[in-house]
Amino acid sequence: MINLAPHISVKNLNVYIGDAHILKNISIDIPDKKVTSFIGPSGCGKTTLLKTFNRLLDRQNDVRIEGQVLVDGEDLYGKDTEVTHIRKKMGLLSQRPFPLPMSIYDNIAYGPRIHGIKNKKKLNELVEHHLRSTALWDEVKDRLHSPATRLSIGQQQRLCLARGLAVEPEIILGDEPTSALDPVSTQRIEELFLQLKDKYTLVLVTHILRQARRVSDYIAFIYMGEIIEFGLTEELLLNPKEQLTKDYIKGFIS
Amino acid sequence: MNKRKIEETFFKGLMHAATIVIVGSLFLILWTVVSKGFHAFNWDMVSKVPEGGFYIGKGGGILNAIIGSVYITVGSALLGLVISIPVVLYLNVYSKKGSRFASATRLAFDVLFGIPSIVYGAFGFTIMVFFGLKTSLLAGIITVTLLIIPILVRAMDEVVRVIPFELSDAAYSLGATRWETAKVLLRQSVPGIITALLLSFGRAIGDAACVLFTAGYTDNIPTSLHQPTATLPLAIFFQLSSPIPEVQERAYAAALILTVIVLIISIAAKYFSKKFSKNKI
Ligand SMILES: Nc1ncnc2c1ncn2[C@@H]1O[C@H](COP(=O)(O)OP(=O)(O)O)[C@@H](O)[C@H]1O
Ligand SMILES: [Mg+2]
Repeated sequence: MINLAPHISVKNLNVYIGDAHILKNISIDIPDKKVTSFIGPSGCGKTTLLKTFNRLLDRQNDVRIEGQVLVDGEDLYGKDTEVTHIRKKMGLLSQRPFPLPMSIYDNIAYGPRIHGIKNKKKLNELVEHHLRSTALWDEVKDRLHSPATRLSIGQQQRLCLARGLAVEPEIILGDEPTSALDPVSTQRIEELFLQLKDKYTLVLVTHILRQARRVSDYIAFIYMGEIIEFGLTEELLLNPKEQLTKDYIKGFIS
Repeated sequence: MNKRKIEETFFKGLMHAATIVIVGSLFLILWTVVSKGFHAFNWDMVSKVPEGGFYIGKGGGILNAIIGSVYITVGSALLGLVISIPVVLYLNVYSKKGSRFASATRLAFDVLFGIPSIVYGAFGFTIMVFFGLKTSLLAGIITVTLLIIPILVRAMDEVVRVIPFELSDAAYSLGATRWETAKVLLRQSVPGIITALLLSFGRAIGDAACVLFTAGYTDNIPTSLHQPTATLPLAIFFQLSSPIPEVQERAYAAALILTVIVLIISIAAKYFSKKFSKNKI
């Protein structure tokens, strides 16, 4: 169906938490340098699926993961796979922004620093560059050393994006990244996503159909832990093949 | 009046009454200590060790007990932190969310928290007898450390545990190792760690039962870890048990000194915890 080179390739993924079968036999190829959205009613497993991509799901007790997730051909759940280097490949935006408990500057510099960049000048450049690319620079350039928490929620979310970009990821994962934001901030994040897809592969979880339509190239519809349908945005939204997808789009399932 | 209004008035009254009782008793305690202690207080109390005949009302002070208490409290707080921070990090970073071993560990610390200090004192004494040690500063520090570790662990765990899971997710997703993530969580918890330290300081400096058999008592200021060490609670205890009125009065002066030390520590802790909370999420 989709013939582009996949960046993330999920093969027969099953996730159990305790006795509950949360994700059921998921197989999907997420194309490189496109925006792919996961839509579906709440509780269907979108967050869980996203967390299997950067192995944050492992942090939970009682989780059993079967199957494969290949990133650039490397199996995330392979025996010798090193977790930190995989996580570094993926930026994460969560439902609500969580700045690190430090200044604006240090939030951006945190990633580069832990990965060995010590040079002050280089760090300054990086901070400025990433604040500019998330359209924050003009808003914060005079208070780089004040706590990140003093920013508005919308600015914090862009800061979190900038912080993620500073470790030079290839993939950006967003779990309903605009759900805590006002309409203007939401729009800015969406604009950023559209700019970023030239350079990054974006995977976005959303329950807002209009948002999925505005930003994504591909949409996967998930229902009760299964991928029901996956396709080009317009095709899936305007011409769904499965009855469940039709019902969801019409608002019968929510 | 309708029922809701009566309820409202009743509970409001109850809350006022409770608050007044608590604040009132606090002031009563302070007033007793200050009024009785101030009278007996003089600079010799804090600048001299007991002279010959101190315990029958002659000159000298309790500098030995002040210094001893500070040594034991600071020593055990530091040792306690070094031991309990890794425990808290283990519970919150290294163990998985919902881990049963972590729950069991937390339960164990809850139980330890409830054990009276005299039991720690007796335990410390047993260990000392087993190793053939005499009462010493070191034995006092170790026993008090045992007493305050559950306090430190519980108080810090309480703080680190409520940090949203997403904050550590954020650190991990930037490629941070567990240790780097732990440091982020610690940074977020500094105010809480200071509060935990304060709690344990208060408990350690005021506890008599732990040091009674382990640190012993002496009129000298210890110069090594192996010498016996006087402490303020025991200084108060010994003087208050005296039949001589002057000596009894000095007990209140000693209590006043203890109270002032605790007060200074509380205020300092408040100041530092405020200073470090500006970056908190
Ligand atoms: N720790 C857990 N224990 C048991 N069930 C869980 C746990 N976390 C999530 N689930 C279940 O997994 C399902 C998928 O959750 P989630 O991935 O958060 O859904 P979504 O993000 O689509 O709203 C839900 O039914 C939820 O109840
Ligand atoms: Mg979710």
